[in-house]
Amino acid sequence: MKAIFDEASAIAVTLTVNGTTSALRVPPLRRLLDVLREDLSLTGTKEGCGEGECGACTVIVDGRAELACMVPVCQVDGAVVRTVESTELESLQNAFLAEGGAQCGICTPGMIVMARAWLAECESAGVAPTVDGAREALAGNLCRCTGYEKILASVMRAAGVKT
Amino acid sequence: MQAHVGGRVERPEGRAKVTGKSVYIADLKVEGAWLGGTVRSDVARGTLRGFDFAPEFDRTRVVIVTPTDIPGENVQALIVDDQPILAAERIEHWGEPLLLVAAPDARTLEAALAAIRPRIDPLPPVLDMELSKHAQKQITIEKGDVDAAIRAAKKNGHIVLEGTYHTDSQEQLYIEPQGCVAFPPDKDGTIVVKGSLQCPHYVRKALVRCFGVTPGQARVVQMETGGGFGGKEEYPSVVACHAALLARAARRPVSMIYDRHEDLAVTPKRHPARVRHKTVVDKHGRLIAMDIDVLLDGGAYTTLSPVVLSRGCIHAAGPYRCENTRIRGRVVATNHVPYGAFRGFGAPQTCFAIERMMDRVARATGIHPFALRHKNMLRVGDSTATGQILKDSVGSAEVLAAVAEKTGIDKHGWCAPRDARAGKARGLGLSFFYHGAGFTGSGEEMLKGRVRIDVLADGRVEVLAGSTEIGQGTNALFLAITAESLGCETADVVVATPDTAHVPDSGPTVASRTCMVVGGCLTKACRELAARVGGDVKRPWRERAREFAQRGGDGQVTVQYSSPKDVVWDDDTYTGDAYPVFGWAADVAEIEVDLVTLEVEVKRFSTAVDVGKAIQPALVEGQIEGGSLQAVGWAHLEVVTTRAGKFEQDRLATCIIPTTLDAPKFDVMLVEIPYAHGPFGAKGVGELPMDGGAPAVVAAIEDAIGVHLTRVPATPERIMEALESASQARKQ
Repeated sequence: MKAIFDEASAIAVTLTVNGTTSALRVPPLRRLLDVLREDLSLTGTKEGCGEGECGACTVIVDGRAELACMVPVCQVDGAVVRTVESTELESLQNAFLAEGGAQCGICTPGMIVMARAWLAECESAGVAPTVDGAREALAGNLCRCTGYEKILASVMRAAGVKT
Repeated sequence: MQAHVGGRVERPEGRAKVTGKSVYIADLKVEGAWLGGTVRSDVARGTLRGFDFAPEFDRTRVVIVTPTDIPGENVQALIVDDQPILAAERIEHWGEPLLLVAAPDARTLEAALAAIRPRIDPLPPVLDMELSKHAQKQITIEKGDVDAAIRAAKKNGHIVLEGTYHTDSQEQLYIEPQGCVAFPPDKDGTIVVKGSLQCPHYVRKALVRCFGVTPGQARVVQMETGGGFGGKEEYPSVVACHAALLARAARRPVSMIYDRHEDLAVTPKRHPARVRHKTVVDKHGRLIAMDIDVLLDGGAYTTLSPVVLSRGCIHAAGPYRCENTRIRGRVVATNHVPYGAFRGFGAPQTCFAIERMMDRVARATGIHPFALRHKNMLRVGDSTATGQILKDSVGSAEVLAAVAEKTGIDKHGWCAPRDARAGKARGLGLSFFYHGAGFTGSGEEMLKGRVRIDVLADGRVEVLAGSTEIGQGTNALFLAITAESLGCETADVVVATPDTAHVPDSGPTVASRTCMVVGGCLTKACRELAARVGGDVKRPWRERAREFAQRGGDGQVTVQYSSPKDVVWDDDTYTGDAYPVFGWAADVAEIEVDLVTLEVEVKRFSTAVDVGKAIQPALVEGQIEGGSLQAVGWAHLEVVTTRAGKFEQDRLATCIIPTTLDAPKFDVMLVEIPYAHGPFGAKGVGELPMDGGAPAVVAAIEDAIGVHLTRVPATPERIMEALESASQARKQ
């Protein structure tokens, strides 16, 4: 059963998700995850635990990776959000396909989004992405299928680093 | 043309998965659907006297289902009819479903669940499997004369070793929780359930009993499924029956999707086990006799426990030659939440015990663990504990040679004094194991799994099977087999969604059987279709098949599995060919133990696996890496404990699985010793990698710090206890 955070009356919230700006009236404590999945019908972002442990709901909010199940929508009014449905993730998406980084696929949206945030961070810090760096960056995203080997290979492929 | 088998076929559902377009059950939008929830027992055993409703609770806003609302039988149909869909009076485990509620929205449902309190007279539960008097199944496997060998041991100068090994439970932890959406019966009385599941025909069977309908009136459709690992073998039938009962009562669709807490608290996990070994060896390390006693905790209801026990016992003597073997197994009822299917299905438990015993034999005889295994390993012509003579596709020597070459384990000074730099000790551990592919014994003959292919009007071929894609790669596997067999492109092949209204029952997606058994049927079906379509094979398939369809050719072929003629099994005596063939593997774990915290880090994990033929090497590697990490997690960090019959790790904050930082670097070596009756020589791979990780990691801990552990998970607390008792023993 879903966590309920709809107690207060609705407020006006504006979100720009994957380049499209939406004006919404939603309860302030509604989870960003539910706003994305239900109000905006973007079901690519998954719920694995609802308590910030699995990383399946990772999205990028104003350039930072956030767990959408832990963010009340009132805190991100006016934010620019990027989800797995974004068209700017193609190189990572292709790499996950090529390397076998997606098996059952349920952790994949969160993995890809987290990898994107990390690669952007590396770029802005002028640091070359490494496998060890990827391990650190993806440590909050659980996968039960792959053993992570092919996920790490996918991320390195997208980063243009040979493993 | 590029080879599909042995090459690389893209997952047909892959693009949707990486772009977020795949539709899992929670993503399905169903107009007017209500939400379903379950009122559960808060004691491990008791008698249900009724329910108290909070005074402010408005019953008219919800729909309630009790046992009297079940149109068919109140039986969760599986092997034995001992589990009710809703407990009517007798409560056998914590979290047992007692009453169902559907509500129009989450808030109303939550309020209703809080307002309904079951009135239960508690009874003392049985929570220690050693004290249970109720066996759900007993098995004895006997070969030679174990008692005589033990009696004669002293006279013959043989060594007798005894050991007791424990393995704790383990949570499957698929990242997508359990869930179904059920639709109310239509005018023909047909019920439709869509869900996250491994075995659509199992769910259909459960609905048929629950509703008293024909199989045609229960339709089950698999949605994209976010992992299973056995956890979605039997339990989706429970969710499906509950959701369907609510949909019938509410006269509208009902969505029942567990949150993580509910999923962790009430769904089946790996059977806890206690395995005793009494082993006789000669001074050269040759196994003379093995007396093995297996005890599993089955939990409150039988579910799949008899079959788990069976696989566990058959694998209990390991891949070793021993003329005198006795395996006695028992799975008993307790008041724990029923334990159930999890990758490996009893074999990881018994494999841990035999591999630990082999390391003891190595210590006692002074023979290197690698040499000891090599000396005793089964080869072609040898017989297993059930008297199965191994005929072909035995990769025992090859997998051992491959890990030795990669890691140097054969020359590694096992348990030699180690230089512990920077407060850390390194160790290497070996395990050697095999795993039967397909159902045990006569299971496949009874199942009669079928697969169908159809030529579509445009010349493409549709594969129809009940086998599910749950991440392991069934879709890509079927594309590769079909394209290779027909000589067409993968774009000429479509795999049908597992929907019991359209696909034949191929048997469940379990037991490392999809590739070997269902894939084998598919190969035969393709061969027959290719012969029917005929024409010049240099011309594209689609053209030829379209012409064939246009001239009214019968493009539908169904093939039913039949075991190879020389596979003979006796279910009464537990003798004969337990499996058509085995997969073989050897693991080497390289670990580091922090000498202050006693935390274990698995640095590198090398595994050589004989799968017969890797139809899709990348998928096989994915299975091996993922399965091995589950085994590594179970070895040292995945803790599942119970208190008063309740799982203590019922949130993801406390139920731990390995992250990227806990995962070793994997070296996977595929060894291909083809199996004559498998498609292109392939055997099974799904479960095999779950078997060897735990003993390899624990052996590596012994190598690093000299402590002989007999229980997994080997947590720092347990390592400390073992070190303390070893130092006590030295003082005395």
